[in-house]
Amino acid sequence: MRSSRFTALLLGVLTPGVLTLGALALGALALVCFLSTATSAEERFLVLASTTSTDNSGLFDHILPLFEEETGIAVRVVARGTGQALGLGRDGDADLLLVHDRSAELRFIAEGYGVARREVMYNDFVIVGPQSDPVRIKGMDDVVEALTKIAAVRALFISRGDDSGTHRAELRFWDEAAIDVDAASGSWYLEAGAGMGATLNVAAGKPAYTMSDRGTWLSFENRGTLELMIEGDPRLFNPYGVMLINPERHPHVKAEDGLAFIEWITSEAGQAAIASFKINGERLFFPNAAPAE
Amino acid sequence: MNGDPRILPLRLEAVSYEVRGRRLIHDVSGLFDQGTRSVILGPNGAGKSLMLRLCHGLIRPSAGRVIWCGASAGRAPRHQAMVFQRPVLLRRSTAANIDFALSLRRIGRHERRRRVAEALDMAGLARLAKVPARVLSVGEQQRLALARAWALEPEVLFLDEPTASLDPAATHAVENLIDTVNRSGTKIIMTTHDLGQARRVADEILFFDRGRLIERAATQAFFDSPESPEAEAFIEGRLW
Amino acid sequence: MSEIAEAFRTAFQLIVGFDAELGEIILLSLRVSLSAVALATLIGVPLGAAIALFRFPGRGVLTVLLNGLMGLPPVVVGLIVYLFLSRSGPLGVLNLLFSPTAMIIAQCVLVIPIIAALSRQGIEDLWREYEEQLRSLGAGPGRAILTLIYDGRFTLLTAVLAGFGRATAEVGAVMIVGGNIAHVTRVMTTAISLETLKGNLALALGLGIILIILTLGINSAAYLMKSAAQRRET
Repeated sequence: MRSSRFTALLLGVLTPGVLTLGALALGALALVCFLSTATSAEERFLVLASTTSTDNSGLFDHILPLFEEETGIAVRVVARGTGQALGLGRDGDADLLLVHDRSAELRFIAEGYGVARREVMYNDFVIVGPQSDPVRIKGMDDVVEALTKIAAVRALFISRGDDSGTHRAELRFWDEAAIDVDAASGSWYLEAGAGMGATLNVAAGKPAYTMSDRGTWLSFENRGTLELMIEGDPRLFNPYGVMLINPERHPHVKAEDGLAFIEWITSEAGQAAIASFKINGERLFFPNAAPAE
Repeated sequence: MNGDPRILPLRLEAVSYEVRGRRLIHDVSGLFDQGTRSVILGPNGAGKSLMLRLCHGLIRPSAGRVIWCGASAGRAPRHQAMVFQRPVLLRRSTAANIDFALSLRRIGRHERRRRVAEALDMAGLARLAKVPARVLSVGEQQRLALARAWALEPEVLFLDEPTASLDPAATHAVENLIDTVNRSGTKIIMTTHDLGQARRVADEILFFDRGRLIERAATQAFFDSPESPEAEAFIEGRLW
Repeated sequence: MSEIAEAFRTAFQLIVGFDAELGEIILLSLRVSLSAVALATLIGVPLGAAIALFRFPGRGVLTVLLNGLMGLPPVVVGLIVYLFLSRSGPLGVLNLLFSPTAMIIAQCVLVIPIIAALSRQGIEDLWREYEEQLRSLGAGPGRAILTLIYDGRFTLLTAVLAGFGRATAEVGAVMIVGGNIAHVTRVMTTAISLETLKGNLALALGLGIILIILTLGINSAAYLMKSAAQRRET
């Protein structure tokens, strides 16, 4: 009874005049939201386009607060596959890139889209697969040979299929093994078209073999029956580079703050921060910045 | 409300109406003057409702003219009102329905309050003032529609089969109300296919059949000695 | 199975513990979706009313278009808004990409067809009933639209709720134009998506449960108000 009297009271005031007022209030609310986002845009921040594998690992949550504390510059991370991240950079929608596809990065710089590239760190790729390991590749130290075996028995393999750095690296291995995965796509070779985490979810669900960066694999919690199969092949080495979007092409790029970030992440402090990031006691990324020239 | 007519008389000059080449009203001419109750009588499909809508200005004639001859003819719509066969009530209270109509005529708040109360009283709806209009019975709804029309103080009130969906008691109440409205000086132009109602309400009858005005006469004369075979047949119930 | 039990436990812990980050994410979700729906209502309802009332060339095409756009995939909307807001796009100078404003714009675009199409339907039905009476009483088009909006308020409320449901549930558009940046543009759906990618299925589902509770809460409040009002006014 009480509540119905309350609503009656509420509706009693719902006259056309009040309705008009309500519409005005709605408009005001929307305006306030616009203004509030406009002011927040004036803070000092950088947009860093990076890869899903780096973001999903939690590395940024570990190191970026240190950078912000030191410089007062916030870093906003937009996580995409390497290909898409390069696209964001090309369109000028980011200030910085932190990606892992060296040849694409060098091409990007040669085309004049990026400047001030520095090596930052590396991690490595691993091949994971079901505990039962139907193809018997566990412990092999040659990744190309292992992939050849998988293809030979047509064991299920999940690919990122999203033009990311990891995907491109995986495709290079298939190339080396002289296997045409495009022809097999949809049969034993499945393209998830998604980030690393999503791809691991698919592999865990099947279960199937897949290639992952070690960082995402270590921090990934929905492993199901997946286990580490292959690691340590030098070809699985996965270097990350950082660069600034060319301010001559995109004048709005925050060059000064961006260079400060590149400076910091390749400095002793930044490198130490990367080295101190661990999951379950295991280091994920290995700093390898060369001293500035 | 009595006194000099503002928009009457209403003159129809060879009014015709067609929809997609089908002629539904043929060449109707005539004059409506102050005060009386004119009833448009005829079977279904005679064009009675169309005639009302043409007079009221809801639709335009395909040929001919509808002319208001009074001094305020330029603002004719303000001095008319219409009650429809099925009452159209807004989703708000009984009183607010009347108030809404008055506010459309830009009548001040105090004057509105007075007229709303008066109209509710006249229609015997005062105790239902705050009730949502759409939970009223059909009879009460039609009385509210009439009260709303009356509150506008129209010089001419059009009624389109106002009792077609009502039971005898509700019909009686509505007819009484029409009488009250008329006695306050409002010209009534109403359609019906109900012979009894026509006898009770009308001062004069306009008999329509298949879109034509067949004959027009004082009520008594019409029923006593219809001049056309169609009217005679209708009165005797042969067309039903 | 244990994952589902774990999810409910996680959701419960998140709610009881009132995690500050979660609070931030919920507030941003509400702010973005409510603003988007508010804007879309201000645009969509008059648009729907105008299409319902006025006859003009192309009216049928517009109606079909609106009905069709109700099913617009959020990703497509996100992509279109992205192309406009990108630094290389026509509105790049506004510097709105990866901001809550961009998310509001995207959701607004997504929701306008829903609100406009549903209000057109509701108002057109009402107009069919009211038209002659309103014209007889001498209501002009402006007043007629206001009256229809007021008298159709329950139908319109349903339309707005449908829009709100769509806005809070979608992930594709806000992911693309917002970027899912922590503390800046991370909302419920993108957070759920992120936790799923990380394999934190329990946390993801826990967040999902909270989102469902929020949506149900808002809808039941609206439903209670509406039914109480209808009892009162029919």
